[in-house]
Order: sequence, then C-alpha cells, then structure tokens
Amino acid sequence: MSTFGQVFVKNNKYKPQGSFHHLTPNTPIRDADNDWKLLGVTNPRDMTYIHSYGGEAVFFESLSKKRLMATRCDSPDCDSRGTVYMPFRIHCPDCLCRNSIIDITDTAKTTATIHTFMVCERSGAFNLLEKPIKFINIEFKGVDTILMSYLAVGEPRFGQKVLPVFRTLEPTYTILDLSWVVDGTAESDLPQGFSF
Amino acid sequence: MIRFSKQQLKIPQLQRPVYLVTAGQSKFDRAIVDRRTEELCIDAFTMAASLLNLSPAELKRYIHSCYYGHFADHFGDQLLGEAVIHDRLGLDPLGNVGIKTGGATGGSALWEGLKAVASGYSDCVLVMGWERMDEVPTDEGNFLISCAADKDWESPLGHIYTGYYAVMAQRYWQIFGKSEDSFRRTLAEIAVKHHRYARFNPFAQAPMDITVDDVLNSPVVAYPLRALDCCLMSVGAACAVLCDENTADALTAGSPNKPLRMWVAAGSHTLRPADRLDMKIPLLPNEEEGQYDDLAERFPGGDRYPGFTGFLAARMAAYYGYGMSGITDPSEDLDVVELHDAFTISDVQTYEDIGIRPYGYGRDYVESGDCYHTNPYTNEPGKLPSNLSGGLIGCMHAVGATGIMQTFEIATHIWNRWEELHGDQALWHRFDRQKPADWTSLQVTGARRGLAISHAGVGSHVTATILMDPDHLIR
Ligand SMILES: [Zn+2]
Repeated sequence: MSTFGQVFVKNNKYKPQGSFHHLTPNTPIRDADNDWKLLGVTNPRDMTYIHSYGGEAVFFESLSKKRLMATRCDSPDCDSRGTVYMPFRIHCPDCLCRNSIIDITDTAKTTATIHTFMVCERSGAFNLLEKPIKFINIEFKGVDTILMSYLAVGEPRFGQKVLPVFRTLEPTYTILDLSWVVDGTAESDLPQGFSF
Repeated sequence: MIRFSKQQLKIPQLQRPVYLVTAGQSKFDRAIVDRRTEELCIDAFTMAASLLNLSPAELKRYIHSCYYGHFADHFGDQLLGEAVIHDRLGLDPLGNVGIKTGGATGGSALWEGLKAVASGYSDCVLVMGWERMDEVPTDEGNFLISCAADKDWESPLGHIYTGYYAVMAQRYWQIFGKSEDSFRRTLAEIAVKHHRYARFNPFAQAPMDITVDDVLNSPVVAYPLRALDCCLMSVGAACAVLCDENTADALTAGSPNKPLRMWVAAGSHTLRPADRLDMKIPLLPNEEEGQYDDLAERFPGGDRYPGFTGFLAARMAAYYGYGMSGITDPSEDLDVVELHDAFTISDVQTYEDIGIRPYGYGRDYVESGDCYHTNPYTNEPGKLPSNLSGGLIGCMHAVGATGIMQTFEIATHIWNRWEELHGDQALWHRFDRQKPADWTSLQVTGARRGLAISHAGVGSHVTATILMDPDHLIR
C-alpha cells in the first residue's frame, strides 16, 4: 500500500515522498440502446498538486496557533494607507507595496458579526465539510473587507456576533482550520479538534 | 475606495466601424455522447455560412484571424484545444488565440475579435466559443467550476459556486427585497420565464413548463437558492463573424443578413467579493448625481457598494459600452437584451448594474412585465424583452460559447430571422427534439438595437456587446 504523497523543501527544491498518482485502467463507454456500440473511453486519473502559499503562509500557519493575521498598507504616500485587509493581501492593491502583517485575533473576538450568509445543502466533489454548510461573510470593526468562512455552531443571521475557533488538533493548514461559532457557545460544544 | 482617473474613464474608441455579419450555433445539451467538440464547432460554423447563403469553404476565404473562447481546460482535459478546433475547421496557418475569462469567455472573445477588426489588423475574423462539461460527473463538475473561486480562501468552503451567489441572494433579499416572500416569488418567476422561453428554442437544453411554486419547491442547493434558480451545465458551440464595412457588404450581398454595427466593452472586479471595498456608485447616463445619497434610508443596510448586492464590473462594462454606442437609457434605446442569468438573483442584480432599473428596484423590471416578450399584464409587447433564448437557466451555459449564443440570439431579432431560425421543423427534427404544439414566435417586432451581457465568477469580468441596425444608430 502506497503512502499519501508528501513534500518537503530542501536546498530550495521540492522533495516529493510517497505516491503522487495511482494507476487505473481505461474502460470503454458503450451505448446500451444501440447494440453496445463503442462511444468513448474513461480516463481515470488521481493526482496530488504541490502548492506554495508564498507570502500568505504566515496566515495559514497562524491559524493552528489560534491567531488570525490580517494585513495593512502603511506606505506613507499611498491613498489607501491604513486600509486593513482580511482576507490577507500580501501587497496593497493601490501602491503595490508589501503590506504590514497585523494580528487581528482580539478584534475578531470582540467585533466579528455576520454580514451575510447562506446554508448549503450540496457541495462539489472532494469537499471535506459536513453538510449543511453554513457559509458566513464576516465584518470586523476597523477592517475594510469582508471575510468568507463557515459557521460551526449556531444559526446565522445578519448582525449576529460570532467568535473565531481554530483547529489546533491535527490542523490541515487550509482555510478550513478557521471556523466560527455564535457568541455564547461553550468550549465543550466546539467541533472536535477546535478551540477558542 | 476605488477612485477613477480621467484616463481610466475615457470612452473607448474604435479606429473604424465593426459589423457582425453572421453567427451560428450547435445543439446544446447536458451531454452529447456521440459528437466530439470539433463536430459541434463545425455545426456552428456551417450554420453561420448558411445564413449568408455561402458554403463553409466560401466563408473561410474571407477569414484572416481567429479568436477562440474556451474556458475550462480541466473540463475538456485538453490543453491547446484551440489548436485542435482551428485545425479541424481547416483554418491553419491563420493566426489564432485562446481567450478565457470564466463565464464571460464568449463575450471576451467577441471583445478581442472586435478590436482586431477595428484596428485594421484583420478585415474579417472568426470568433468561436465552446465548452464540454460532460466529461466528468456533475459533482466533479461543480468541483471544477468552484476552482474559479479563490482556491485557498473560497473553494474549500463547499466547492460549489452556487454558494458564493447564495450569500449575495441572502443579502439582496433581506436588504432590497425587504425579506418579502413576494421578492422570492419574483426571483422564481425569472426561472419560470426562462425555462418557458426555452420551449420555443430548438437549440435549448432545458425547456420546461413550470410554475413559481415548482421553483420554490425544488431542492435547496445553497439556501436561499434552489435547483431551479441555477443555470445549466452544458455542451455546445457558437460562433460569430465580424468584419469591416467593405467585407461586410461583400459577405452579405446574397443573404437576408444585414451587417449589424457592433461594440463590445469590458469591466472587472475582484475575484473574491470579500475584497470589494466600499465606494461611491459610478453613474450611468440615465442616472443623476445624488440619486443614491439616500439609498440606505430607503433600504436600511444598503449603504455598502457594491458590497454583496451589486456588480461593479457590469456597471463599468455598461458605462464604456453605452458611451461608445450613444446609449443614454437602455430601456428606451434598446429593443431586446440577453442577460447572464447564472442565477435568478444575479439576473436581478444585473438589471440595476446596467441601468434598466435604479439600484434597489430591479424587481420592478420583472413585476411590471417589461422583461417579457409579451407583457402578461397588458398583453402588449414587453418594453424590453430579456432572455428570449431561455438564457443560461433555460437554454444553456456551455461557458465559452454563452456570450456568443446571446449575440446570435440578439442578431436574429434584428435580422428579423428569429422565427425562421427557431421555428424550422427540420432543425427540431435534426436535434431529436419535439417542437411543442403551442410553439410561438418570439420575434421582437421591429427590433433595431440589442445588448448582451456576459459575466464571469461572482462578477470578476463582465462584457457588454451591443448590436444595432446601421439604419437606426443613435448617433
Ligand atoms: Zn498602499
């Protein structure tokens, strides 16, 4: 049995380990209504991509440490100076200078509210969240943009105060390590692996 | 805060007029099990030639460069698919280029073809778009579409594009729809209308005779959006041929097609709605300074623009396109439109973005009956009929072809050939579809000018394609 594909970096080069693809044979597609005539063929394929987070890596690493990192343009001559970005933007979209990284965990814990939301009954293939998925878009005081995430506990409504929770047990290092619960949720009601 | 420079607000200029002379399309369906993509492209091209009473070989002699719209390489599992289609159409060694801007790919391909003619690079170009979305099961298709959201910040949340629109639907419904059931029913009415018009279109994939309650009882995909609020997943191809004036006259000499003056303009906005900073609403020619100052008083919560309720990209495409073509009020100046109804909610949002109704009042375009071929309340012709093809909800969304299908539809109205091309019994038969006993011509009587909106992502790219009878230009 092959292991899942894993990668580390050494000397600035990716070092893949384990199995990155699995071989499955092609099979014919035939027409059941027409004498099983040949129409085509299946092309199975199972691949693992190798993806760099680049300048956003600090955001994804911080989630497992229960910190929510945003960015801000501090460039003195920029018209957008002081604009705070969550989602994290590496560069200011105005002056293109590298933004400063700021920790907004405490702002999130005290000011996060739901801007809009939806409840998703279906998901695409390969999705890891349990359905129904409650998407929420979150406003923070002093932040200029609106983060998309998902609500793990409680019912969404406009203006509902929510608190961030972080996957500290076996983090995935993806955006799914960040979730939210309605204000007043007890620690014991958090999904497995998550903490405030 | 987005601020525009004078240079950025310049109305685009074409070096010379550009004309649409013909267009064509294949059958559209969820799956086409016995035809390769190139066969569908050849169907579309052959139809375009036949509308000019030319053979494909005769039409090809005029073509000088080609613009191919195909969005999703991973759906078709073929990189450089443009080279395959170009070869199979027998157009080598002419220059060609692939264009991909998500759902707006068809509109963007027209934009590129238009600029090639306007600049003088080519006197005649082919614009062809296609998509093949049947090579994976539907849930994997939804996964592949969700890759057109931000892969680190959005796609893992459900891997379903409907969800990214549902949050807009929720916000719009509560703020501008005032949480009324009547607003939700108006959204459903759009789906009823588009599936119904699809019944009269032999190319269309999803003809249905349904009611508002059927839409409201269809399965929830991402609340508040239900299955019947959503566009289709499709296979098919569509093409258009664009020319300068002399070539247009030569190509149309033996045909009922009149060369149509054409303009295409484009706008954009962030891939993630999350990143959209609050800004002042840019105005269109039929709006007045200050008219939105009290929007948040009329619709509490409606103070953020474009927020999750408007599409700046559509507004900018309309701003540039109206400026180029002289349109000052779309409801007065246009006779027929095809809008990008990816979801019922985005159809309503677009009415406002392009100035058919002011922000906050999009629902009135449906509730007044203006958007119908025949206004159901007055039995008079609709003031500005929309999506008589059935749109993305009823006809198709073969992504790379969609913007071109819309343009084909608008052109058939201005050519006064809608009835001939959609009523042809032989075509219904060839597509193995039953022409309904109550088939009705949706030809817009006396149509002179039309507009098609092509839209990507959650409003990342939008194009506005405008067609006019050259004897009825605005200026
Ligand atoms: Zn800056």
